[in-house]
Amino acid sequence: MNTIHDLGGMHGFGAIAPERDESPFHETWEGRAGGILEVMTFPPGFTVDRFRYLRETLRPDLYLVQSYYEQWLYIAEQVLLEAGMISAEELARGKASPQSTKRNDSMRADAVWDFLHDRAHSGRPLAQAPRFTSGQRVRARNMQPAGHTRLPRYARGRSGMIVSHHGGHVLPDASAHGKGDAPQHLYTVRFAARELWGAAAHPRDSVHLDLWESYLEPA
Amino acid sequence: MPYSLSNHPHHHDHQPAHGHSDVPSDPALRTKALESLLTEKGLVDPAAIDAWVEAYEKKIGPRRGAQVVARAWVDPNFKGRLLRDATGAIETLGFLGREAQHIVVVENTPAIHNLVVCTLCSCYPWGLLGLPPRWYKAAPYRARAVIDPRGVLAEFGLALGDEVEVRVWDSTAELRYLVLPERPGGTEHLSEAELAALVTRDAMIGVAKAGALREGRA
Repeated sequence: MNTIHDLGGMHGFGAIAPERDESPFHETWEGRAGGILEVMTFPPGFTVDRFRYLRETLRPDLYLVQSYYEQWLYIAEQVLLEAGMISAEELARGKASPQSTKRNDSMRADAVWDFLHDRAHSGRPLAQAPRFTSGQRVRARNMQPAGHTRLPRYARGRSGMIVSHHGGHVLPDASAHGKGDAPQHLYTVRFAARELWGAAAHPRDSVHLDLWESYLEPA
Repeated sequence: MPYSLSNHPHHHDHQPAHGHSDVPSDPALRTKALESLLTEKGLVDPAAIDAWVEAYEKKIGPRRGAQVVARAWVDPNFKGRLLRDATGAIETLGFLGREAQHIVVVENTPAIHNLVVCTLCSCYPWGLLGLPPRWYKAAPYRARAVIDPRGVLAEFGLALGDEVEVRVWDSTAELRYLVLPERPGGTEHLSEAELAALVTRDAMIGVAKAGALREGRA
């Protein structure tokens, strides 16, 4: 969706502000919010792509002013609300309704380390041959889906070159919307900085993106 | 469905915690209320949250990536495999997992400088570097790294000559990128562990060179 999360190439956000000796969490609640969204019980079929899509549905004005973990809180609330696992009333009161039944299948502390090292990944074997080969010129399609996609606006309509092929991977555009894995071949595509940003860009520089086959056409 | 400005006129009904102003309440209070609700419903175990926080505060961080880099500096066979098949090379070290399933390692040389960003969200190799720093997730870096990488690097104190090629990697899929920084000169006498201490988080994102910042910065 064409909203504020698609930040690549924008101006006006000011200087980068690195911190010395930064801790992973600046305040205790950040770790708790992060942990909730990692180890809570998810509805069946929930995917990382749905997670990213939900973050994108945060109102643009709030997206820009909320911290990362505040956005995670929003995502956690949305996941649970849209699955009917909590109600708006329960969320408002911070208390379970009297009709609610307690589950006993949430992730236990002793399972967390294995969860963090679980090898479930997005690679999917594909029978059909890849359409493109390394070294081939391609163009990123001019597509403007209202749902989730991983083709940033700054690359749409631009030409580049396939530099590597990574086999089949779950397609986020489908997986974010309950349409299954729908795997496609995934490629790394090199775009010259001048192709993306015009003549003022450095002639030697380039930007690489990982793009699914349906994002690309022969150039 | 989540609410949005355009297609859900009744979003107040779904967001009562946000109040009538639509401005969410204090995130600390919101977090506490959510944790307490989910605990009561058996949807989260507070001890599991403790374990998750502890893992990223104490165990999973940039020291892992630094170990990979130091080994590549001392072992040409490992380095060769790392550049060809980083996932396979790193698997033996036990660092693969959450947000680190498919790894690509890109090598800095005197002629090529690599820089990693995620313009669309905040993708980052958690299993090798831990959780990303705040600036990596914030709008200025995500907006500028692709259009003005040299300006970004200069802001981090790294001025690159015109003869150097800058390659930016925008993490749009599940591949997670790690920069293999150049081994600093005058380190021939150092052990692998001493070399690892020179490798900062910033050097593995590509906004610094190894050994260029004081220890502790990463």
